[in-house]
Amino acid sequence: MSDPTPPTTGDEPAVERTLADPAEEVTEINPDVDIAPEDIGVPVVSEGERLLEVDEVTLRFGGVVALNEVSFHINKGEILGLIGPNGAGKTTCFNVMTGVYQPTSGGVRYLGKPLGKRKKFQITKLGIARTFQNIRLFANMTALENVLVGVDAHHSTGVVSAMFRLPKHRREEAQGYARAIELLTFMGLDGKADELARNLPYGDQRRLEIARALATSPQLLCLDEPAAGFNPAEKAKLMELIRTIRDQGYTVLLIEHDMKLVMGVTDRIVVLEFGRKIAEGSPAEIRDNPAVIAAYLGVDEEDAS
Amino acid sequence: MSTTTSTPAARKPASPRFRERVNNLPKAVKILLWVLFAIFLFLLPLLNIPFITTEGSDFGGVLFTVATYVLVALGLNIVVGYAGLLDLGYVGFYAIGAYTIGVLTSEHAHMAWVVVVPIAIVIAMISGIILGAPTLRVRGDYLAIVTLGFGEIVRLTLVNSEWLGGAQGISDIPKPPSFELFEVPSIDWSSGAPVVDLDTTSTFLKFGINDFVPYYWLALGVISLVLLFDILVKSSRVGRAWEATREDEDAAELMGVPTFRFKLLAFALGAAIGGLSGALFATKAGFISPDSFQLLLSILFLAAVVVGGAGNRWGVIVGAIVVSYFPERFREFADFRVLVFGLALMLLAIFRPQGLLPPRRTVRAKRADERQAVLEEGDAHV
Repeated sequence: MSDPTPPTTGDEPAVERTLADPAEEVTEINPDVDIAPEDIGVPVVSEGERLLEVDEVTLRFGGVVALNEVSFHINKGEILGLIGPNGAGKTTCFNVMTGVYQPTSGGVRYLGKPLGKRKKFQITKLGIARTFQNIRLFANMTALENVLVGVDAHHSTGVVSAMFRLPKHRREEAQGYARAIELLTFMGLDGKADELARNLPYGDQRRLEIARALATSPQLLCLDEPAAGFNPAEKAKLMELIRTIRDQGYTVLLIEHDMKLVMGVTDRIVVLEFGRKIAEGSPAEIRDNPAVIAAYLGVDEEDAS
Repeated sequence: MSTTTSTPAARKPASPRFRERVNNLPKAVKILLWVLFAIFLFLLPLLNIPFITTEGSDFGGVLFTVATYVLVALGLNIVVGYAGLLDLGYVGFYAIGAYTIGVLTSEHAHMAWVVVVPIAIVIAMISGIILGAPTLRVRGDYLAIVTLGFGEIVRLTLVNSEWLGGAQGISDIPKPPSFELFEVPSIDWSSGAPVVDLDTTSTFLKFGINDFVPYYWLALGVISLVLLFDILVKSSRVGRAWEATREDEDAAELMGVPTFRFKLLAFALGAAIGGLSGALFATKAGFISPDSFQLLLSILFLAAVVVGGAGNRWGVIVGAIVVSYFPERFREFADFRVLVFGLALMLLAIFRPQGLLPPRRTVRAKRADERQAVLEEGDAHV
């Protein structure tokens, strides 16, 4: 009843629309909406500079070596593809970069400074955001609320501000709401702001995850198989979207299985296999790299030697 | 409005929900309804409405008990409903609030009631932080076990500490200061029709030992304040952070929510409200002993929240009323009440697992599922 976002209380129209026309599930994005990273304390780096460096990272779980001295870097403004067969350590690599796991040895440097033992939410605040391979939205919150949680990462309203409706609360709510609507519009989800996340069609859920990650105003956006479960047409559209996101000033790290897509959208590619980096280079270089071909297609025992 | 919704309404039977109908009323009417409802609650103990009024025990006292349960349920709802932390030792905070009043106004000091109540809230809050800081690092079942232990530790400490009165407890807790402003007459139904009875009156805020109605009014005022606090905090960044943590703690953390801090905050606020409720209880009872803070009470508090619908503040209020009022109303059935209560809980678990008044979002999710089913059915028939 005291929703701070008056224009959205009428959830019925959006709901009725899906009832009236299920075909409308195919959502068009609005690439013209300006979603450039906000100037809110997240450091801005110039084009071409190294944004993030993964430095000799080794991660062991007991006897299993999940990552073995992996090193690569991400330049500001590029789309870097991280590929490899199942179990190669791609998602583990994401988890090390976002603070979920602490590397056994080696480290991650962000803008030249080691991430160290920073907590997950602190790393997010620094400007690294991610999506999840298996969708992990806040299922029982609305699409708008999901994005608002992301925007809130840079807010500081506490109990006292909220209780007395201090100017800080009102300013942050207004700013957060505007930003959230902007992102939802960009993703083509503005008509579904008041739908519960769990009620959204699969594709919308994937897009909402990206919107939520963008809401934290990251420098680096890490997408973990964002096209999983998409048909070729949807995948192509998504790759277009990723390129648009990059053009608006974000750096993108992309995990993807589909070689063709990765080749089409990325500037550089890092290939992992069994926790080791086996190749790094432009899509053309990767395509012709024998080690990569072997990893993906397999080789006969005799050929391998 | 009516024209735009007429087409979809034709598909499904037009049955506007209670909430929607209320929301569609003009603002002035809404305010009037709220005022009338508040007056009704204010006068409830004096209306002596047949059937609703308890026969065996003083209705004012019963309503006060119900009010303390409502307060507890609102506090526990922050912990269980919003932040999703299962707390089985909530009675511990209730006891801490009550004993703070006992110790500081009767047992070891004679401080003024108005001073001690805030102290009780603060001490309960600090105890919530002390319990939460180490234990909120564990999740789910483990947290439930740790809090269960906490509730028992508090009770056993009370039993074994002579300084806190031991098993005898603390008596002679003084009444709050009275401000005798005006008298409110009651209604007499003995002739079959309501008659204003000017001889039996309650004095507004005269805290005596015979008339419990002023304590009920005090509790009603406190509930209003806590409810306002709840509404304001829930609809802010804080409320969203709690819900995100409840939905998926790891994802929340990775979206920049300092989950530990917000869980601790929920715990501290819940504890503070529990302590406040305990303080009111001690004030009215005038006597407290460890027996008043059994484990069963924790379970009842949790039942109030779950029965009502965890996460919906109006739901947990209904739940608290159900859990505390009905056993008093049907006192004549003695132990059979417990049997009926158990049966009712089982039936509820089967037919309304989300509680009597589930959170609005749950209702919406269910309706969306139904629509989905209708759509799919429609496709199948084509």
